[in-house]
Amino acid sequence: MTGNPDNAEYDIVALGVTKTFDSFDALNGIDLNLRKGEFVTLFGPNGAGKTTLIKLLSTLTKPTTGSLTVAGYDASKEAGKVRASVGVISHDPYLYENLSALENIKFFGEMYGVPDTAMRAKELIELLGLGTRMHDLVRTFSRGMKQRLSVARSIVHDPSVLLLDEPYTGLDQKGARIFTDTLKWLKSHDRTILMTTHNIDEGLQLSDRVGIIMSGKIVYEGSASGLNNDSFKKLYISHVE
Amino acid sequence: MRSDTTLVSAKICEAGHPASCLLSVIISTVTMHKIWAIIKKDIITELRTKEQFTSMLTFALLVIVIFNFAFGFAPGVLNLAAPAMLWIAFTFAGVLGLSRSFALEKEGNAILGLLLTPTDRSLIYFGKMISNTIFVFITGLIIVPMFVIFFNYDFLDTLLPLIPVIFLGSVGFVAVGTLFSAMAINTRLREVLLPILLFPIIIPVIVGAVKLSTQVLSGESVFEARSALQLLIAFDIIFLTACSVVFEYVIEES
Repeated sequence: MTGNPDNAEYDIVALGVTKTFDSFDALNGIDLNLRKGEFVTLFGPNGAGKTTLIKLLSTLTKPTTGSLTVAGYDASKEAGKVRASVGVISHDPYLYENLSALENIKFFGEMYGVPDTAMRAKELIELLGLGTRMHDLVRTFSRGMKQRLSVARSIVHDPSVLLLDEPYTGLDQKGARIFTDTLKWLKSHDRTILMTTHNIDEGLQLSDRVGIIMSGKIVYEGSASGLNNDSFKKLYISHVE
Repeated sequence: MRSDTTLVSAKICEAGHPASCLLSVIISTVTMHKIWAIIKKDIITELRTKEQFTSMLTFALLVIVIFNFAFGFAPGVLNLAAPAMLWIAFTFAGVLGLSRSFALEKEGNAILGLLLTPTDRSLIYFGKMISNTIFVFITGLIIVPMFVIFFNYDFLDTLLPLIPVIFLGSVGFVAVGTLFSAMAINTRLREVLLPILLFPIIIPVIVGAVKLSTQVLSGESVFEARSALQLLIAFDIIFLTACSVVFEYVIEES
């Protein structure tokens, strides 16, 4: 995941990225490249810097040093263009509890400047299996349903890059399985996806490449093919503990 | 996904003409569409939860009733203090509503969903500010008739001239209040922090509004207190502009 790549080939390029909060280094020199259409998962313990990295890539915060290019745009100087090219799914749904599913997706569609938002919102909600609940308030939804609806929110503007920040948190087994199917569907549509998670089973199953982040640094990277749960768990423990 | 009008306004802005840039941004279709989307979302949410409106209205009515009883035995004092009482009830009730404004955005971290969109932060500010002004102004429109009845003022002579005063006061109060409400969103003591930050800044609004209300309640024209009217209008314009610029730095992480 290191090097200085040709940006045309890559949707995410991070070079020497650091992020410091007061005297605490949340990220300590991250180099990360994701080819277009690639699915990469970063594993790491709490406090390793996973969420900070996602916040930087989604322009919610700025790096202290280093350069970040997302979908061909400089994340520091062209934040608006990066936001228009990126979708974010987090453990929080980022949805309005007192709006219906349809009202939520229509609202976010309007904020992304999507033409004919009503049609697009209906299509997405039905595609994600929530068609019968589209007029119900989000506060009445289960955790799994909210997470699927947050997928609709994140792709309403058809972004080329998806950033997933521990999306499996709080999902039961059934919810996790449905969510994995949704991610497989997203992957099949040539989106570049970066996921951070604790969930080794799902992460290995979906990814082209995997990495381990620890104390704000990527300490391992490699192809996901040929890795099984047990071998990766051993690898993970050897890097994290 | 941007309309032609937005592209035109972007080009004018790049050319470096601040006044033309501001105007073109204001009239841009997408700009107005996004501001309206935020206002519509807030109105729908408020119609369902009734959190802001109910708390503001109940609190304001209680304050007016308490003042009415407290000063009921001293009619001379009552006439002098009535305009101040109206604005005390109005602003304290408004603070309750403003503190709920961004608290609702914090539920489910919806505010982050909004910040992830390619929307200029000043548009988010204007959307929130306008919806807050609507709620505060409507509360004012309900409080004032109650106030007029409780304090035995002439209904027709005072009610209509008070409406523009309430509007101008609401805009200034909410312009600053929306910014501080956003600032307090990530603090544990946001309900306490908001009035502590807000009231010292809005003293000119309260002074101007009380003076204009005194004119109206004593049966005189607001134009006779021209300096108070100018103060209120100037405050509204200056703080609306300043807060829309500063909002970006308040709402985003460093």
